[in-house]
Amino acid sequence: MSKEASLGERMKLGWKKMPIGGVMFQPGSSVEYRTGDWRIDKKPMIDQDKCIRCFICWIVCPDVSIEREPKPHGKHQESVKVDYYHCKGCGICAAECPVDAIEMVEESRSVP
Amino acid sequence: MFRKKGVFTGEGVIPYAGEGSTVTTEGAVCTQVGCAYTGDEAVAYAAKQCDIDVVAAYPITPQTIIVERFSDYVANGEVDTEFLHVESEHSAMSACVGASLAGGRVFTSTASQGLALMHEVLYLASGLRCPIVMAVVNRALSAPINIHGDQSDMMGSRDCGWIQLYAENGQEAYDLTIQAFKIAECESVQLPVTVNLDGFTVSHATESMKSIADEDVKRFLPLRKPVFKLDPASPISVGGMALPEYYYETKRQQEEALRLSDEVVQKVGKEYGELTGRSYGYMETFGLEDADAAIIALGSTCGTVRSVAKQLRAKGEKVGSIKLWMYRPFPTEELLSTIKDLKALAVMDKAISFGAPYGALCSDIASALQNTGSELRLLNMIYGLGGRDIAASTIESVFEEALQTAKTGKVKERIRFLDVRE
Repeated sequence: MSKEASLGERMKLGWKKMPIGGVMFQPGSSVEYRTGDWRIDKKPMIDQDKCIRCFICWIVCPDVSIEREPKPHGKHQESVKVDYYHCKGCGICAAECPVDAIEMVEESRSVP
Repeated sequence: MFRKKGVFTGEGVIPYAGEGSTVTTEGAVCTQVGCAYTGDEAVAYAAKQCDIDVVAAYPITPQTIIVERFSDYVANGEVDTEFLHVESEHSAMSACVGASLAGGRVFTSTASQGLALMHEVLYLASGLRCPIVMAVVNRALSAPINIHGDQSDMMGSRDCGWIQLYAENGQEAYDLTIQAFKIAECESVQLPVTVNLDGFTVSHATESMKSIADEDVKRFLPLRKPVFKLDPASPISVGGMALPEYYYETKRQQEEALRLSDEVVQKVGKEYGELTGRSYGYMETFGLEDADAAIIALGSTCGTVRSVAKQLRAKGEKVGSIKLWMYRPFPTEELLSTIKDLKALAVMDKAISFGAPYGALCSDIASALQNTGSELRLLNMIYGLGGRDIAASTIESVFEEALQTAKTGKVKERIRFLDVRE
């Protein structure tokens, strides 16, 4: 997991400095919330060679944690990667992948 | 046009709230109007004068007259208030929270089962820091079903984070309602307030009392200035989720606001006194300068207690009485210094805290005394449940027992259930 602290974590305030009543003055702040913390022991890892770019994982991910990036790989124009900051490790992507290109691996294994 | 103004009696019509003759009060700078009204009418009239934006309420005995009178004011065009007729108390408090977050001055009223049905939303009102004012006309909780007065309803919700004030009579209910808005809306407070009045004993009893003019209320209580509000021009999010990382800090902050609100209650009570000659604060005491034994209570019973104490003092007994106006935040330090010279204190609880060592008020006083080295003996008296009358003779017997304890240092019973048939 990335060691880079989120904006929300860097700003973690004590009770004396927090806005009253839990009011949020900035919209869309939930993106700062590291739901990646919720993964227990496994994370999805995508084999870019096996992947056929069908984007089923991108559709089915309940946490919008599969990202498409314009990085060419082999004959494909795009790559598919996991947003580990938000991925909760549910494994739906791995279960739905039609070519078994996604494997749920131990947390300790590094991302290639 | 919907209701002929005035209270009808065999003698004719007694002037309705605010329409009687002008009276002068010692120490008051404002003109006051003498009138006759019930505790409920007094609260409704105070609410009318407070320039409220939204009232969302559901009728329940013995509070009904408050919202009924207020509906009259709305129907007659005497107030510029949005009155929401909701389908339950749960909805009433939910609508109040929304209206308060939008920056409005909000009032509601309930009792008993209604307060119980609101229970979960009470925590939202305080947690979201909504300065709502609610009159709670204290009534027993079912079962068995009973419409009469006791304080089980508010005591069941005493940890909801609201400021809780108790009125002894209609005059105090009127005065405290006006003060409640000023306390709630104070920049450092931003918390909801309940004004408690005893069902029927206060809510339905017609008294002679004094009201102040609309302009004086306006000067005392300027327009609400919200610290934050829901405004499309400057969007914010309220009611968001706070998981273990933030919830605790939010609650710690709320607790601090409630604790520090006691100074505001005191300040506003004093300011109201400068205007009207009737000062308020944490509590009112009688005869404590040399008393050995005293009784402490909340609400209407304090009048009976004070009256009996006066009679006993005339006979040379060293007794006193304490009336708590402010129950939450609990005035710990002030109460400790008030009772430091007493030898025995009888604590009147008009609600049972089932299975607890004491009733709610007595538990609070006992825990306040903890670690102070005080030798004060506490006698806990449960009384008046479901509207059971509390007679002066009963109060006298409590004083006698407290004086006995003051002499011997011995407490006969940990909790005594007054006037219950064996």
